[in-house]
Amino acid sequence: MSLHLEATVADRGVDVSLDIGAHKVVAILGPNGAGKSTVLAAIAGVVRPDTGRAILGDDVLFDVAAGTWQPAYARGTALLAQDPLLFPHLDALDNVAFGPRSAGRTRAQSRATAMTWLAEVDAAELAGRRPSELSGGQAQRIAVARALAAEPRLLLLDEPMAALDITVVPAMRQVLRRVLADRTAVIVTHDVLDALLLADRVVVMEAGRIVESGPTRDVLARPRSAFGANIAGLNLVRGRVEGGAVRTPEGLVVSGLSDEELAPDATALAVFSPSAVSIFLQRPAGSPRNVIAATVTELEPRGAQVRVRAGAISADVTAPVVAELDLAPGAGVFLAVKASEVAIYGA
Amino acid sequence: MSLTRQSGVPRWVLVPAALGAAFVVLPLVALATRVEWGSFFSLITSDSSRAALWLSLRTSAASTLLCVVFGVPMALVLARTTFRGQSLLRSIVLLPLVLPPVVGGIALLYTFGRKGLLGETIDVLGLQIAFSTTAVVIAQTFVALPFMVVSLEGTLRTAGERYEVVAATLGARPTTVLRRVTLPLVLPGLAAGAVLSFARALGEFGATITFAGSLEGVTRTLPLEIYLQRETDPDAAVALSLVLVVVAVLVIGLVRGTRSTAL
Repeated sequence: MSLHLEATVADRGVDVSLDIGAHKVVAILGPNGAGKSTVLAAIAGVVRPDTGRAILGDDVLFDVAAGTWQPAYARGTALLAQDPLLFPHLDALDNVAFGPRSAGRTRAQSRATAMTWLAEVDAAELAGRRPSELSGGQAQRIAVARALAAEPRLLLLDEPMAALDITVVPAMRQVLRRVLADRTAVIVTHDVLDALLLADRVVVMEAGRIVESGPTRDVLARPRSAFGANIAGLNLVRGRVEGGAVRTPEGLVVSGLSDEELAPDATALAVFSPSAVSIFLQRPAGSPRNVIAATVTELEPRGAQVRVRAGAISADVTAPVVAELDLAPGAGVFLAVKASEVAIYGA
Repeated sequence: MSLTRQSGVPRWVLVPAALGAAFVVLPLVALATRVEWGSFFSLITSDSSRAALWLSLRTSAASTLLCVVFGVPMALVLARTTFRGQSLLRSIVLLPLVLPPVVGGIALLYTFGRKGLLGETIDVLGLQIAFSTTAVVIAQTFVALPFMVVSLEGTLRTAGERYEVVAATLGARPTTVLRRVTLPLVLPGLAAGAVLSFARALGEFGATITFAGSLEGVTRTLPLEIYLQRETDPDAAVALSLVLVVVAVLVIGLVRGTRSTAL
């Protein structure tokens, strides 16, 4: 079941157009407030877009210009949110049976269907529990079963793992990986791992617009938006092509290597890993490096390493280096990165 | 008795607070001291008392039912939709809460009475509403309905629409959502509203006596009976008053019970 969506929601500043192939999973990534959830709500029929239309298979979900609007219950687009929102007055089994029951199945049929879906998410033994007797991870697995039991043509997942204890996230991801195979689904997420493991394609949203989209591996390997780079943990410098380098509007020049033909003055991106960046207190001389004068803005421990943020650029260094250089927010430093560590892409 | 002061309430506040509490409790104590305990049971089981009590229970139950039938949809419309004039409508619905009941009774008389707005229509149907038991139920429903609407609308707003949205995306039609999700979730609020409506109906005096009159066994409810007995048999009035106090205490207990299990 393929989806075509174009929609604007004026009061949330959202303007997107999106296509999802049948049996494909698309991950929507982006910072908070980018409008990701609004896109799902528009597809589900919970938010009314100001313009646009959505077509699922051959079925028009809405078409503002034509005045067509299918109510949420008729769309076959189950929505799973960050909060499991299991109905508190029903036990797990009857929660999962809610969809089949609403579709007109008998109580016995619905419960039988519910039981198979509970087993599918490894929660069969929780069938008799009330939502108040479930842990967050258990509740969310049952919410997944409930969404699937409704036999949705399109599954919408809105940060399904954001509220879970970090220890149960990997198990939940495995469950989703299993149930999402051969399904058409959209998953909104913050976690790059979700995108890598669950999605075929990635869409990056910023400020209500889609700024980047493509096959997951391509986007994460060669991010073109600041958010894409941030989640992939990469530094990203946007500017214009100048020789073998990218020059930003602020005058920063970053040299690097490119495996594509770059037209002079075309918009381009220089991408490099924080671990490729070295920090110096004095301007280093002699070697073929990019050297950027910057001021440390933030230090963030990451395991054995410390991520030093200096404006838009991040560097990963070890704790002894931080101590030796006496790095602290406000310190003036020189960031160096070898040109061979920088990849340049046309944007 | 020790007082645990959790926040910085000044000590002197306790004095007017205690006076206020005494102001509420003392009259009840005074009432209890005047009860002729020896003849209490025979006083509250006299023919006229039993007729009044039975009428009060029947009419209050009927008006509570009407409050559910009309109040639940009204609360749903007020809590779950938006339309022009909604806040005005809400104020009008709440009007009987602050309106003197006698004024409500007169208004009802000019609506359902023989010469009232709907009087002729009702006459054509061969019905006579004013000064009948039906009038008692109408008067009680008029004053009790806002309690149901206010209580349930508050519960609906607190419960929010998130579960209803989930139910809709799972394919449930609006009626199914109402029956299987909304109403079960707000049941405590609905129960509290029903109990409050019942209590308000049971205590109704002004609108009843104006619109329904005081005919023994037909429209003379317990409060009316107490008012009349006060002239002829003060001991019976006191005994019946105590019955209503006990009912009121039970009602408060019930409402607190349902509230504490509410979401």
